[in-house]
Amino acid sequence: MDFLQPRELAEALAIRAQRPDAVAIRGGTDVMVELNFDRGRPGALLDLGGLDELDGWDADGDTIRIGAGLPYRRIVDELAAQLPALAMASRTVGSPQIRNRGTVGGNLGSASPAGDAHPPLLVSGAEIEVASVRGTRRIPATEFYQGVKRSALAADELIVAVHVPVAAGPQQFAKVGTRNAMVIAVCSLAFALDPTTERVRVALGSAAPTPRRCTEAEEFLSGELADRRWWTVGMPVPDAVVRRFGELVAAAAAPIDDVRGTADYRRRALSVLARRTAAWCLHEYRQGGRTCA
Amino acid sequence: MRLTMTVNGAEQVLDDVWEGESLLYVLRERAGLPGSKNACEQGECGSCTVYLDGAPVCACLVAAGQAAGRDVRTVEGLADGDELDVVQQAFLSAGAVQCGFCTPGLIVAAHDLLERDPAPDDATVREALSGNLCRCTGYEKILDAVRLAAARRAEVRS
Ligand SMILES: Cc1cc2nc3c(=O)[nH]c(=O)nc-3n(C[C@H](O)[C@H](O)[C@H](O)COP(=O)(O)OP(=O)(O)OC[C@H]3O[C@@H](n4cnc5c(N)ncnc54)[C@H](O)[C@@H]3O)c2cc1C
Ligand code: FES
Ligand code: FES
Repeated sequence: MDFLQPRELAEALAIRAQRPDAVAIRGGTDVMVELNFDRGRPGALLDLGGLDELDGWDADGDTIRIGAGLPYRRIVDELAAQLPALAMASRTVGSPQIRNRGTVGGNLGSASPAGDAHPPLLVSGAEIEVASVRGTRRIPATEFYQGVKRSALAADELIVAVHVPVAAGPQQFAKVGTRNAMVIAVCSLAFALDPTTERVRVALGSAAPTPRRCTEAEEFLSGELADRRWWTVGMPVPDAVVRRFGELVAAAAAPIDDVRGTADYRRRALSVLARRTAAWCLHEYRQGGRTCA
Repeated sequence: MRLTMTVNGAEQVLDDVWEGESLLYVLRERAGLPGSKNACEQGECGSCTVYLDGAPVCACLVAAGQAAGRDVRTVEGLADGDELDVVQQAFLSAGAVQCGFCTPGLIVAAHDLLERDPAPDDATVREALSGNLCRCTGYEKILDAVRLAAARRAEVRS
């Protein structure tokens, strides 16, 4: 096995093109588990740890560009005000040790339906910046996830960054598991209110082959809010509406029974998470239009 | 491959390291530092916790080559000669060690916590140690040890 340690992105992309047998590694929190348990023996490890281009984050107008190699720890510490849902989700990943190493780039690289970064990226309208020797492109999060652990990333591409619009209104992330730390989601959900477009966005995780937006539920609640002139006048939203919203979110799931939970439980839990997160965000917006959690 | 890194303040050069092995394996089997323990090899138990460039990580999830040129500090690097670090001493005083397998990882995690937050409340301690499992103590004495270490550090400083 080779250990390839490029110092620059261009060099990494050249290797990525020439060595289809290489597995990229950054935080290693997914890759090393596979190696330690001998679930696969790649021809090479392509260590992205030395690439400054993948580090850090910066603000580009109303969008934050997060380097694919930024550990969760820094998202939690530095971006909670701008990107509440992603920061909340990051706070639930693994443990402090895992958050010091694990990255959003690695979460996207694994493209597990249970990855916690995915629902927040979906409701935030994020785009994933990927690069290869052929050039750079941006993939909307909604088009990135293509199947269980399959994504739109081509074999010769690396993930360079994610571009996440700063939250224009309240956001929430919620996740079901047996304890606070070290939990792979039984199911998860992100919710966002966008006052600029007067729209609701909601996405679920770990309850379908891919993380996904729940468009019918979004249409329904956005319509109900518009009908009540909720954004401007703030007519209260009846419980029945929020309950129906929860049902539509559950209906958008396509869960399976597995060791972590049954399909029925997942649907039921999602409707509860949807109701709760919606109620929290609606309340927060009414409490004087605070934009961040 | 050859691996060069700083371990507990001294440069180490190790030969014949296999590219797919973990930093934990290198420390235990090649560098003569068996303090960090190997229990799960999947990031779940925290008994392999070491500082990598100042941040606590699971050594079992760091590929050996990723530590090249970096600074590693293990539980063996916390004591000053024969004098135990205040966190180590507190674990002894509080009786927070039973079989001792989880202890090195917990000590590194608690050490890091007190460096960042010298007077953590209980919720903060629990969160900081949430990546470390202990199957003997029931955790109460571990919490006592961290409280004790925080108090003794405050005493030394005042
Ligand atoms: C104990 C434990 C607890 C965990 N808990 C959670 C949790 O609560 N929630 C959660 O979502 N995940 C969890 N995980 C999984 C893991 O931590 C996350 O998926 C993390 O985001 C992976 O990031 P990484 O940088 O460590 O990825 P790596 O292991 O380095 O890589 C993961 C995959 O992505 C690819 N990759 C990495 N970076 C790039 C890049 N820049 N471009 C292209 N491909 C790339 C790799 O080739 C690999 O296929 C846990 C893992 C462990 C061991
Ligand atoms: S051995 Fe590394 S976390 Fe358990
Ligand atoms: S003392 Fe035995 S595992 Fe903690």
